[in-house]
Amino acid sequence: MKVNTMAEMMAAGESPDILFWVGCAGSFDQRAQKITKAFAAILDKVGFKYAILGKEEACTGDPARRAGNEFLFQMMAYQNIQVLNGYGIKKIVTTCPHCFNTLKNEYPELGGNYEVIHHTSLLQQLIDEGRIKLKEGGSFKGKKISYHDSCYLGRANGIYEAPRKVLEALDAELVEMKRCRSNGLCCGAGGAQMFKEDEPGDKRINIERTDEALETGASFIASACPFCNTMMTDGVKNREKENEVAVLDIAEMIAANME
Amino acid sequence: MHYLQQILFAVISVVAVWLFAKKAGEIRRNILLGKKEQLNDQPGKRWSNLLLLAFGQKKMFKNPLVAVMHFLIYAGFIIINLEVLEIVLDGILGTHRLFAPVLGNLYNWLINAFEFLALGVIFVCVVFLSRRNLLHLKRFLSKDLNGWPRSDANYILFTEIILMSLFLTMNAADQVLQARGSEHYLQTGSFAVSSLISPLFAGLSDGNLTAIERSCWWLHIVGIFTFLNYLPYSKHLHILLAFPNAYFARLEPNGKMKNMPEVQQEVLYAMQPETVPADAVPPAHFGAKDIFELSWKSLLDAYSCTECGRCTASCPANLTGKQLSPRRIMMATRDRMEDIGRNINQHKSFVADNKTLLHDYISVEELRACTTCNACVEACPVSISPLDIITELRRSLIMEESNAPQEWNSTFSNIENNFAPWKFSPDERDKWAAETA
Repeated sequence: MKVNTMAEMMAAGESPDILFWVGCAGSFDQRAQKITKAFAAILDKVGFKYAILGKEEACTGDPARRAGNEFLFQMMAYQNIQVLNGYGIKKIVTTCPHCFNTLKNEYPELGGNYEVIHHTSLLQQLIDEGRIKLKEGGSFKGKKISYHDSCYLGRANGIYEAPRKVLEALDAELVEMKRCRSNGLCCGAGGAQMFKEDEPGDKRINIERTDEALETGASFIASACPFCNTMMTDGVKNREKENEVAVLDIAEMIAANME
Repeated sequence: MHYLQQILFAVISVVAVWLFAKKAGEIRRNILLGKKEQLNDQPGKRWSNLLLLAFGQKKMFKNPLVAVMHFLIYAGFIIINLEVLEIVLDGILGTHRLFAPVLGNLYNWLINAFEFLALGVIFVCVVFLSRRNLLHLKRFLSKDLNGWPRSDANYILFTEIILMSLFLTMNAADQVLQARGSEHYLQTGSFAVSSLISPLFAGLSDGNLTAIERSCWWLHIVGIFTFLNYLPYSKHLHILLAFPNAYFARLEPNGKMKNMPEVQQEVLYAMQPETVPADAVPPAHFGAKDIFELSWKSLLDAYSCTECGRCTASCPANLTGKQLSPRRIMMATRDRMEDIGRNINQHKSFVADNKTLLHDYISVEELRACTTCNACVEACPVSISPLDIITELRRSLIMEESNAPQEWNSTFSNIENNFAPWKFSPDERDKWAAETA
């Protein structure tokens, strides 16, 4: 499978249908790279003409802005918008809700106007259109899956149903945590917390959330955000449940069950 | 004697309304100490928010039982205020039950409705008092409420019980007097709730009954005027401010942080130095250190907060024992505004007091614990955003004081130099793609 960069596509005189914004986690984090590869494989399999920015992609600035460093955010936004507008990008898909939120809601005011879609919404569309065909009796059939709402997808942007619709297509049994959808509990990574230790307290947020997920008795925790995925994976390890419970991104679940 | 009562009533009314208007004016002034922000777009959506969120209390219905009870108190309180209109007119004109002859049968029906509502309000207030003080609900036990805030909540519930009881007792005495054909007491037909209390008064003389009826009438209306003037000092101000607060709520997706055009401009100048005008003035400050740099909407938020603690109960940081409590952020902001308001009353304009909202009212540790997950914003029934205040204060911390934990400083320098929050070479950004080939 060949993953084209925008530069390569331009050189070949082609333009993609959609830009896949990989994000920093998806690019560098070993666990998140698997999500990236799975999603790229799906795009490839359904014959989507897509490209990545490759080395020209940079952090959207989300963690900097949320920590309070507006200068750094504005610098990153300026660079990225220059690159995106330079390529005439119209449509972007991303596997990271933080990138999604920044590109969709915060770049337009700075001169970056694109149609931005999160990968779970795109997966839902592709399933609805019949472009993604799932195996009969796939590996999740009848298995209990609990979906963890990402704050930047859910409360931040009101996307609660797309990820659930995609999971339903797997013929799995969806079990909800006590706090779900608009009441969902954060994994603890947002607002640049991912990059620092928790403040003093009596429990880590990801452990609190993982305990809630484990209570459902699900054998899979589905995530739609690379940071949530890390936090929940750490939580499951902390509770020594890694042999019974797997934390997977929705894209990985679909990729593993496509015809 | 008759005129004396009318004059006394008129004086009390004027004083009560004047005092309230004066304090309301101070609150308005305090709110306008904040930064300008245009929140008048999309009036259709704003009116619908006002109707659904404030009038319809939509978010309260996440817990339907509590919502219904809360709605009963609120409806009871508003609807019974129609009765207050009659009381005020009676007081000024020296009449008794002015509306009775005008409305005929409808009058009896209305008072009956008010009585049932009054009974409902008393019932719910008793339930809410027990819920606050006997049931061990975490958000009511919280240290946020230690001292005045906890008493404030109880005073309000007690006052409402007393006001409603006075209303019912007054009607009960009135009924007995009516039955005896006493002069001045018009025949209104029987009232369903107060007629149950009437038998208790059967043995009293006309004089005593009149004294009871009049005392209840006076205490009720003086109680209402007192309550009106208590509101601006209390968490209970939300019964008024929930409405403008819903109207002016931000309509953008919760995830969108407010842009800082002044920083955007600075960065643009840095990237394109040729565009810098000769008279460019750098911004005076970044983010908010005190209430003056917060949006006026954040300040309206603080006055609208009724300290229910739904935000704190849903805050992941608070739930795991961190210092941060979104409710306390709102309470601290209001405390700061009140202190500044007193300062202005004293000196005509604000005289620096060597204090700021950041540090003196809200600590760095609290701010650092926020995951910006929007749970507090989502939970608030009256459209408050504690997150807006948190992020504005964080901006000041980082950009004015360079006050960041070491890990964040590394994150910043990684983003700046490697274009990712971790220390990876930007050349490896698409290494994963090569591995798929």
